[in-house]
Amino acid sequence: MGDIFVLAEHRQGELRDISLEMLTKASELAPKMGGEAVAVLIGSGVDSFAEKLAGYSDKVLYIDDPLFADYNSEKYQKVLVELLDSYKPEMVMIGHTTQGVDLAPALAVEKKMPFVADVIEIEHVDGKPRPVRQFYQGKVNADIAFKGDAPYLITFREATLEVPDASKQGKVEKIDSPLKEDIEYRRFIEYVEAEVGEVDITQSEILVAVGRGVREEKNMAMIEELAKAINADICGSRAATDAGWLPHDRQVGTSGKTVKPKLYIAIGISGAFQHLAGMKAAKTIVAINKDPEAPIFTVADFAIVDDLFKVVPKLTEKLIELRG
Amino acid sequence: MNTFVCIKRVPDTSEAEVKVDASGKDVDSSKFSFDINDADNYAVEEAVLIKEAKGGTAKVICAGPQDADVMIRMALAKGCDSAIRIDDPRINVLDPLQVAKVLAAAIKGQEFDLVLTGCMANDDGAMAVGVALAEELGVPHAAMVKKVEVGDGKIKVQRELEGGIGEVVELTLPAVVTIQTGINEPRYAPIRGIRQAQKKELKVVTIDDLGLDENEVNEAGSLIELQKLYIPEVVSNAEIIEGEPEEKAEIMATKLVKGGLL
Ligand SMILES: Cc1cc2nc3c(=O)[nH]c(=O)nc-3n(C[C@H](O)[C@H](O)[C@H](O)COP(=O)(O)OP(=O)(O)OC[C@H]3O[C@@H](n4cnc5c(N)ncnc54)[C@H](O)[C@@H]3O)c2cc1C
Repeated sequence: MGDIFVLAEHRQGELRDISLEMLTKASELAPKMGGEAVAVLIGSGVDSFAEKLAGYSDKVLYIDDPLFADYNSEKYQKVLVELLDSYKPEMVMIGHTTQGVDLAPALAVEKKMPFVADVIEIEHVDGKPRPVRQFYQGKVNADIAFKGDAPYLITFREATLEVPDASKQGKVEKIDSPLKEDIEYRRFIEYVEAEVGEVDITQSEILVAVGRGVREEKNMAMIEELAKAINADICGSRAATDAGWLPHDRQVGTSGKTVKPKLYIAIGISGAFQHLAGMKAAKTIVAINKDPEAPIFTVADFAIVDDLFKVVPKLTEKLIELRG
Repeated sequence: MNTFVCIKRVPDTSEAEVKVDASGKDVDSSKFSFDINDADNYAVEEAVLIKEAKGGTAKVICAGPQDADVMIRMALAKGCDSAIRIDDPRINVLDPLQVAKVLAAAIKGQEFDLVLTGCMANDDGAMAVGVALAEELGVPHAAMVKKVEVGDGKIKVQRELEGGIGEVVELTLPAVVTIQTGINEPRYAPIRGIRQAQKKELKVVTIDDLGLDENEVNEAGSLIELQKLYIPEVVSNAEIIEGEPEEKAEIMATKLVKGGLL
């Protein structure tokens, strides 16, 4: 009891950062819970991941079996149910990622686990872990308590903390897969690479980014003028690409591109965490948004709290004037 | 193909100031405007597209107050056949697992091949209801889907992964699929459809009608408890540009050019 299971995440031969982020958090919590931070790794040909995870955990439990060559949440669920029954951890952490959200809610239902999704912080209160999550796209935080019995289940948001250098030497324990046969009702077929367009925004030095605040496709003309004035490429939030104002390969964020330009001008973008994850590494960020509470301002270097339709045309005009 | 599509009424808080009310456990929603959740709107369109291509039915399920009828009628106007709204203040909407139980109870016992939900509700962002619903119904699922191909007794879907990579998986029907925004282009309801929608069945039920025990779906029966809501401290190191809009533009332009930021 007291152990925290962290489900390691990997895809196409790469261990994903969320695994180490969760282990970092679990290592901080586990001593308070009187247990260990245990990495649970399920895959095929994953010895090197087990080694890497050991540096961040007290123990690595791993299953290496061709059944798990590709991710399949339904198979993972079957394995986890068995592991929970035999090892009885107090809490299970799964990434709030495309893998995790496809798995955790079903596991919670099957095992009747108290479950909190998209957790950004875990405190330890009254002898129990107590997660913090958000509502209204980051505008409100909520402390949520587990009422039911352990094991508790959370999905943990990506990129909420820095991962230090490896400092542990967890023991690595390889176990047999409790699942012996493949399942028929859900089958992995293939990966499809992301679309590539004519401009690779991950290489752009200057980006003008648009969001839903731009309102209509015809207003893109105003954005194009600004971009032209400073030789910028145009990218956008998911709202902008979903609306068809921009091709999908111009989307910035978790389900789009991660960009690192010298300058990023965010126009009418609220700054949902999925967006911030893709652009917060930009060197200088200018945000134009009429809502002073918009989360985009938490990563901005310059904040213009105003109506973009009043600011942008003038900004373009002045930039042209100054640059001659 | 008989499809159910689950939809939620959510506030649009992208531009609104959100304030925690006196209870400390809810927000003051008196000034919010509400509409169908973004991803659910795409799920409705997908349900109608499948019906148009394969025949069968598309039925709407919604747990929500009477105010949700406007958006339910809109889904009917776009081509859905009928709707069930579960109207019961005892449902603990803060616990996605309990909401899933309610939706499952409304679907169980009826014939279905496919259940669609949005992949995320914009107000709570939990991304949990659809996948939990699949488990409640005892059928396979796939989350965050951006492409659907209906086959014979099977469905091939493309899930959207980080970085825009797609993952194609095949599910045996019946199944639950959670729909990602951008999968299609949601239509506007045609005038004729709006008229017809008024005549389509919209059944309103309570959890008792669904045979649920209230302790399965109310706050007391939840395994989690909301303790406190609060506005997060906005830690911003941004330099705030002050002035009239034109002045702000000028100051910013000057900083960009003179500061060597371009
Ligand atoms: C699985 C998943 C993956 C996702 N991946 C991504 C991703 O990769 N990238 C991404 O961007 N999103 C992603 N999203 C969506 C994300 O959650 C948000 O919905 C999206 O980023 C919102 O886009 P937005 O900021 O343009 O729109 P909104 O949130 O609607 O914000 C619009 C903003 O414009 C401002 N505004 C409006 N009018 C004006 C005006 N006249 N002047 C100034 N400001 C104005 C408003 O104040 C508001 O802040 C993902 C969601 C899911 C569920």
